[in-house]
Amino acid sequence: MIKVEGLTKRYARKVAVDNISFEVTKGQIVGFLGPNGAGKTTTMRVLTCFLPPTSGSAQVAGFDVVEQPMEVKKRIGYLPESPPVYPEMEVHEYLEFVGRIKGVASQDLARRVAEVSEKCAISDVSKTLIGKLSKGYRQRVGLAQAIIHNPDVLILDEPTAGLDPHQIIETRDLIKNLAARGEHTIILSTHILPEVEATCERVIIIARGRLVATDTVENLTSRLRGAETVAVEVAPSNGAPLDAGTVQRRLEQVAGVSRVLPKEHRDDRLHFTVESLEGRHIRPGLAKAVVEGGWHLNELHGVGLSLEEIFLQLTASPEDARQAAAIAGTAPVEEKPSDSAGDQK
Amino acid sequence: MNTITIARKELNSYFRSPIAYGVIAFFALIAGYFFYASVVFFVRRGIESTMMGQSMPMDVNEYVVRPLFSNISVIALFLIPMITMRLFAEEKRTGTIELLVTSPLSDLSIIMGKWLAALVLYIVMLAVSAVSMASLFLYGSPDWRPLLAGYLGLFLMGAALLSIGTYISTLTKNQIVAGVATFAVCLMLWILNWVTEFDTSMVYRVLGYIAITSHLDSFGKGVLDLKDIVYYLSVIFIGLFLTARSLESLRWRA
Repeated sequence: MIKVEGLTKRYARKVAVDNISFEVTKGQIVGFLGPNGAGKTTTMRVLTCFLPPTSGSAQVAGFDVVEQPMEVKKRIGYLPESPPVYPEMEVHEYLEFVGRIKGVASQDLARRVAEVSEKCAISDVSKTLIGKLSKGYRQRVGLAQAIIHNPDVLILDEPTAGLDPHQIIETRDLIKNLAARGEHTIILSTHILPEVEATCERVIIIARGRLVATDTVENLTSRLRGAETVAVEVAPSNGAPLDAGTVQRRLEQVAGVSRVLPKEHRDDRLHFTVESLEGRHIRPGLAKAVVEGGWHLNELHGVGLSLEEIFLQLTASPEDARQAAAIAGTAPVEEKPSDSAGDQK
Repeated sequence: MNTITIARKELNSYFRSPIAYGVIAFFALIAGYFFYASVVFFVRRGIESTMMGQSMPMDVNEYVVRPLFSNISVIALFLIPMITMRLFAEEKRTGTIELLVTSPLSDLSIIMGKWLAALVLYIVMLAVSAVSMASLFLYGSPDWRPLLAGYLGLFLMGAALLSIGTYISTLTKNQIVAGVATFAVCLMLWILNWVTEFDTSMVYRVLGYIAITSHLDSFGKGVLDLKDIVYYLSVIFIGLFLTARSLESLRWRA
């Protein structure tokens, strides 16, 4: 659906995108990940025919962005970083306007506007001036305008930037719903790592204009992981205080465990991080060991290598690492309570 | 079709913001004042000349219509920057230009749509002065042909300046900068022929030709000179052509 080959975009003084190639197949939802200024927006602007590439080529739905921009534009829905809305328009007027300029037939217009308003949950504000809407609503109106002409490809530039945590979850759900129908191929950019984990099937990581990695989220994680890391919380069963050393020794004896790191122990509960040998599953063994020791097993969960760590590993240069660290620092703020793959530490 | 969609959207935002009303109200006030002044002057002179026993009736066109047209053209010079300043500058500032440019629209339909919307607002503004002109027919019998020609002249002059204003609006993200720059250009084009009136050297004749208001006089007299019409049409063309180039270059500079 999207094919980018050797794409380079050079501005007067700097290279924004340097020889990037990737492909996205139909129906995929792809996260475009990188620190600010990595070239995400530039790449998206090339794909939407807003900027011409300096060299290399980009194809959307089989049409070249330079040769046949009109065909590409018809098939792309684009939500720039700040939603391109006119504050003096009412929501439905705005959607009708966008529908018209995107080439929706006038007899379908009212129906399409109703449909996308429904999908993006903005039906209730259809007669409100956009200027009076909250940021979250505005973002949803932006998303609605991007899908009004039912495009094959959706390009979303930082769709959750500047929203509060509640709105972020809503927006992510909306994007996931759009993807679930398989009608749209979606590229979304973000500098927030949990966002990719939460919404995307594949990740394209770029840093300073270069492609660093492109793979599925699982593959990226396992490729860099090898061994499993598990967090364990143990509590005494009969009120008698536990001896940390005894528990630790017991856990170390479980087959496949390479090392046990005691973490801070709170109250009478003990916390450990247990690392496995390569390719070994140690969770059943750990559970058994704790129970057989006569203690309570309060918690046992895998601490997957989060994308943050992957990111830090992939972008190895000191400069990149610094940027990545900055990102990792901002991440928890945006984080929704995650269930399985924990990056809580 | 797309041109009309864009034009409708622009007109909508003109009339939803204070701009349209401000421009029209300001124009109505100043044009009305000039009209009143010239009518009063005309009536006084009329009475005086009757008392002195002159039998030649005074020409309404000469004393009221023509000065009014020239006054209107000056008011328009001040108001046109206000009409055009936001056209592209505002879209660039808020990022909505990305929506337009990534939609399957030709640049031409975007530009024509915006320019036509500005032109419609300008015509609405001129129409206010037509009320004063119409009242002349109630109490007198002005010649309607120079009147129509005068309006045609004002229309062409406005269309030309609006196209320049549209171009200047593509150059900046800041409405105020666009407005001031457009005003400066309008003013330049207006005063260019001030120095040329008594000089017939080549340079001054060229300057006189470039000056925008010097082409308006003949319209006011009811004379349609091809030279003047060609002048305005070429300014319109140049303005819109530059706008198209500038919009295109947005993508290369961005």
